[in-house]
Amino acid sequence: MSDVSLIVNGKRVSGAAEDRTLLVHFLRENLGLTGTHVGCDTSQCGACVVHVDGKAVKSCSMLAVQASGSTVVTIEGLANGADLHPVQAAFREHHGLQCGFCTPGMIMTATDMINRHPEGLDEATVRTELEGNICRCTGYHNIVKAILAASKTMSKGSKGKARQAA
Amino acid sequence: MYSVNYHRAASVADAAKLVKAGDAKLLSGGMTLIPAMKTRLAAPSDLVDLSKIKELQGVKVSGKTVTIGAATTHFDVANDEKLKKACPALVHLASLIGDPAVRHRGTIGGSIANNDPAADYPAALLALGATIVTNKRQIAADKFFMGLFETSLKEGEIVTAVTFTAPAKAAYEKFRNPASRYAIVGVFVAKGKDGVSVAVTGAGDDGVFRSKEIEAALAKNFAASALEGVKVPAKNLMTDIHASADYRANLIAVMAKRAVAAANA
Ligand SMILES: Cc1cc2nc3c(=O)[nH]c(=O)nc-3n(C[C@H](O)[C@H](O)[C@H](O)COP(=O)(O)OP(=O)(O)OC[C@H]3O[C@@H](n4cnc5c(N)ncnc54)[C@H](O)[C@@H]3O)c2cc1C
Ligand code: FES
Ligand code: FES
Repeated sequence: MSDVSLIVNGKRVSGAAEDRTLLVHFLRENLGLTGTHVGCDTSQCGACVVHVDGKAVKSCSMLAVQASGSTVVTIEGLANGADLHPVQAAFREHHGLQCGFCTPGMIMTATDMINRHPEGLDEATVRTELEGNICRCTGYHNIVKAILAASKTMSKGSKGKARQAA
Repeated sequence: MYSVNYHRAASVADAAKLVKAGDAKLLSGGMTLIPAMKTRLAAPSDLVDLSKIKELQGVKVSGKTVTIGAATTHFDVANDEKLKKACPALVHLASLIGDPAVRHRGTIGGSIANNDPAADYPAALLALGATIVTNKRQIAADKFFMGLFETSLKEGEIVTAVTFTAPAKAAYEKFRNPASRYAIVGVFVAKGKDGVSVAVTGAGDDGVFRSKEIEAALAKNFAASALEGVKVPAKNLMTDIHASADYRANLIAVMAKRAVAAANA
């Protein structure tokens, strides 16, 4: 057992966990943050993507103790109360989800991608950057549209707020 | 995953001590080891985390000498401004590994210690004639990669850095498996003061290797056209569900042509 202490979505949290506990299980089971999903056993689907110290990572492939001392943002940490984060709003607007299983990971990957490309994104870059996220429903077209639209809104003005949230 | 004890090492010396416990394993980015533990293919008693050790991190370029700390992530290699000038081929290679989340965690030390027969870095280090630095000694790349998932590292020996001389020209071309994103064939060509070397990953029955046929043709003329009609033997190449040995043999020549064209561009 180890003590795991993290800042999750702006709040300091800690708890004892077995060393073998994956970060995704710590988030879901110890903290009740079930927005982060597990979609595979092979580190390939991206349903579990969260931000650790500002970088998108697969929380199914990292131990909770490895993350101890870090700052974590999950899908639950993006919206500002009832105000959706621009990436969430764009997924709704552009019909970027169907069953929604892949969506938390898609949105966390998308916010990371937009933050790393302040110069803007094009379709080819979005598709390459999405290589670690699998969607069984949408065929990706509307996900790509949503991310391109969010990237435009975020570079226009709501940048400050989005940056803080992500 | 079986039960395990986690230790965060503060320094290389600390890690060297901790790794002596039980059936301990070093943990770097965890992008290979954690998935292997989840499926119980690996079951270490203890994990010694190297990822917070400062002395293992970062890229240094001084003159023509490049040194990359073992715990430097693929993301940091892919985005290093000095390395973009000194060896853009390696920057490009790092940007092709896995996906963004894998690149944010996975490291060069973990990749070469694991020596997956389809990993990208082994091809670069072999073609660049790199030296692998450990906490005990320095090992030339051609004495380091020893076959499928085998290296000359001793029990508990820690890779601390890799170092090489920036080549005059180099490029890496990768034909990726669209699902796993590993190489079905990857070819790294480098032209330096010791001539031309060409290393192939993803294809060899025994892991990464240098292609003598392609090196011989390019030594005379470092141009894609010099590879017209050059045949790579299919003997000792892998056949699996992704591709046959013959297919891979042909692909090696194709990727080599593209790499030479890119290196000359
Ligand atoms: C979805 C996915 C796609 C991928 N695609 C690619 C790809 O296209 N190309 C590619 O090359 N790789 C790919 N990888 C593998 C990735 O590059 C890993 O980062 C790499 O193989 C291992 O590095 P790591 O830092 O994560 O090591 P870890 O998983 O932490 O360790 C791997 C092994 O190396 C040992 N080790 C780690 N550091 C050291 C050290 N400093 N000294 C001695 N031994 C050490 C460990 O004990 C362990 O046995 C992929 C992985 C995933 C999950
Ligand atoms: S659950 Fe993490 S990549 Fe699939
Ligand atoms: S919306 Fe169903 S998996 Fe993507």
